[in-house]
Amino acid sequence: MTSEKESRVPIMAEGSCLLRKMEISVAEAEKRTGKNAVNMQETYTVYLIETRPADSVTEGHNPVPDSLWRRYSEFELLRNYLLVTYPFIVIPPLPEKRAEFVWHKLSADNMDPDFVERRRIGLENFLLRVASHPVLSSDKIFFLFLTEENGWKEAVFETGFLAKSDSRLKALNATFRVKNPDKRFSELKHYSDELQSVTSQLLRVRARVADRLYGVYKVHGNYGRVFSEWSAIEKEMGDGLQSAGHHMDAYAASVDDILEEEEHYADQLKEYLFYAEAVKAVCRKHELLQYELETASQDLASKKQQQEELAAGTVRTFSFKGMTSKLFGQETPEQREAKLKVLEEQIKEGEEELQKEFVKNAWKDIERFKEQKDHDLREALMSYAVMQISMCKKGIQVWTNAKECFSKM
Amino acid sequence: MSGMSADPAQALPAVMSPLSGQMLELDEDDDLEVFSKDMNLMDGSPMNASMPTSPASMINQYKFEEETDAKDIFVTVDNPESHVTALETFITYRVVTKTTRSEFDSCEYEVRRRYQDFLWLKERLEEGHPTLIMHPLPEKFVMKGMVERFNDDFIETRQKALHKFLNRVADHPILSCHEDFKIFLTAQAWELTSHKKQGPGFLSRMGDTVRAVAASVRGVRNRPEEFTAMLEYVDSFGQKMISLDKVTQRIVKEQKEYLGELKEYGPVYTLWSGSEEELVEPLKGVASCIDRCCKATEEQIGHLSENLVPLLHEYVLCTDSVKAVLRRRDNIQAESEAKNDALANRKADREALKDSKDLGFVLGSFLGKKPEEAKQQKEQRLDSEINELKEEVERLEDKVECANNALKGDWLRWQGNMRSDIKAAFVSTAEKNVDYYEKCLAVWESFLTSQTAAHDMESNSGHSS
Repeated sequence: MTSEKESRVPIMAEGSCLLRKMEISVAEAEKRTGKNAVNMQETYTVYLIETRPADSVTEGHNPVPDSLWRRYSEFELLRNYLLVTYPFIVIPPLPEKRAEFVWHKLSADNMDPDFVERRRIGLENFLLRVASHPVLSSDKIFFLFLTEENGWKEAVFETGFLAKSDSRLKALNATFRVKNPDKRFSELKHYSDELQSVTSQLLRVRARVADRLYGVYKVHGNYGRVFSEWSAIEKEMGDGLQSAGHHMDAYAASVDDILEEEEHYADQLKEYLFYAEAVKAVCRKHELLQYELETASQDLASKKQQQEELAAGTVRTFSFKGMTSKLFGQETPEQREAKLKVLEEQIKEGEEELQKEFVKNAWKDIERFKEQKDHDLREALMSYAVMQISMCKKGIQVWTNAKECFSKM
Repeated sequence: MSGMSADPAQALPAVMSPLSGQMLELDEDDDLEVFSKDMNLMDGSPMNASMPTSPASMINQYKFEEETDAKDIFVTVDNPESHVTALETFITYRVVTKTTRSEFDSCEYEVRRRYQDFLWLKERLEEGHPTLIMHPLPEKFVMKGMVERFNDDFIETRQKALHKFLNRVADHPILSCHEDFKIFLTAQAWELTSHKKQGPGFLSRMGDTVRAVAASVRGVRNRPEEFTAMLEYVDSFGQKMISLDKVTQRIVKEQKEYLGELKEYGPVYTLWSGSEEELVEPLKGVASCIDRCCKATEEQIGHLSENLVPLLHEYVLCTDSVKAVLRRRDNIQAESEAKNDALANRKADREALKDSKDLGFVLGSFLGKKPEEAKQQKEQRLDSEINELKEEVERLEDKVECANNALKGDWLRWQGNMRSDIKAAFVSTAEKNVDYYEKCLAVWESFLTSQTAAHDMESNSGHSS
């Protein structure tokens, strides 16, 4: 199996521009202290982003990469911008904000060096995913994020993306009230829910299994201690006991590396747990647009009905005058006709927007995402098998050695 | 015995084991007679005054005759059965003996025995050979948790332990020749019951107990260094066994909990495969691997529970046995020392009489005896007491020497057995662990191979990636 890093490199989509041109890495992490927005002292971690032209190294010399420091909240800002600006794209997720699904040995502390290291890898992974995306990689703000330390925040806010973002309430409203949901999107949403549920379950059980495995290995360390003490009172068995004891100690210690490696597997699962949320975001956007379309159609339908009623002379129980003036204002039939036509066109345009731009693009990205997911998860499962194989081989070696020592007692 | 070192823990060049052809000393023909059924030395009641002709032959009794490679007696314990009577319910075990020994009338025997019978046998053997080290019997009760007496695991563990106990007796050159061992193996149930009743009476057994208690209260004065070293070793050893017993049981517990979680892990992959298309095969593959690893883990736990755990527990019991043996040896020595003291006292009295310092006969003259006669009577009385005591002292000193030699010889035998038992148990455990990891390795490797093959097929057929 190739190195860890290679197995985690996302598959290069066709036309992925930025990654071809530029090497990107999150090289380091550092602690900083400073004053926050409410003028209180806080400690936070910053990450060093290094970039350099992709072809620069191949020319035989190693130029110093450009670099800047970013903290986690800036990554979040970038991602929120991308979410709003490209609602039809499944936006790559960030690594988790706080350590979850921990087993007892790992601390849930954000300052813990192992957690910081895994987060560094996760942030790098995020940047590489964006940089290799056919659409996202050409975004200007993303480019500035990588290259402009100062002034980037202002640039983001200048795009006015905040105004474009849909309120959660609106989105929730749409979910419940949409009448004709697109079957494909409903199925996709259902699949995302299942994926979230099953990956979080898997992560929880895996953490418990890891915890138990840790216990089994560590208890064997006691053999080491007792054998060593016992060897002091034995003459013939002494040597055998002593060396067997060393192997027991080695066995107990080996579990630390084994479980550290498994954390990478857990991280791969987590990425897709969070990806599922990103897919749901696309589905929600679709629902919203669908709902708006349906509402607009509904308006048009009731206006048409009104017009027919006017023409047919049908009277309603409520104030006829009041309603017509509400709907049509003080207008002439010709003006009404014109307004209706405009509305019709607007709806048609809306429909086009929905149909062409959103659904087409969304579905294209979803297909891309599906392929990526199948590839990545398959690789992850295989690397998990590789880890298990490595663990078994270590076990065989230790116990074979121990057996030899016991045989010599 | 020549060649015995003072330090019991120091190894002789050869390891003593029951089946090996090793020996301590090659004895001549006259010692072979010692093992015929007619000469039951140190058997039955200690009140029995039929002693062998000379101390020398007594000492020789405890030299081991050359052990041949071929065992001539095979004993198995199996087939537990439950018996219900009006008064109680109990389990009997089948004891099968196959032997070519001449003192047995037939070459094959099959009897049924219950735990009480084994206990009786052990007590008889201990009485006959107080300083030989025997393998322990399984415990009467198990204190841990609510273990029913008739729980299957309990019965199986007990049966295996009883089998080992009998086999160790059968392998012992001296113990296996004990009359009661033969009766145990061959007598019908009613015969055994009546024989048990014939044994030393209650009163004589009480006498033993009283003497033993008195001796232990007295304490031994000059314990030889080598026996003190043995005691210290057994103390340390016992602590190690207790620790190892605890550690191993903890490992079993942790393994069981690990297995519990693992059993929930595989099904989640299967569940996931239900919502996927392309990933169905790899997900199901992983689920299947985990399930097979579960089975391997179960086997490993079973092996540990059935081999290492009982073995370590046996050796915890062993240390108690050995400590009891050392105590009994001490008591024998204490008894001998006490008799020596008594003899010294009488001799001093006799000396005092010679110097006419004893005024007791003056009193006697008041009762109408002539002083000279009284003195003579007392002299005679003391002389006969002294002679009796001298005989007793000689007997007891021989007894001490026999006991010491028996123990020294058996100590090496015990150490040898201990080494081979422990070695075998740990080697077997290590082997099983290797086997466990090899099984799991094969499972994951075959998964990986099948996945790589499938992937190659896909890419060759012009699919994605």
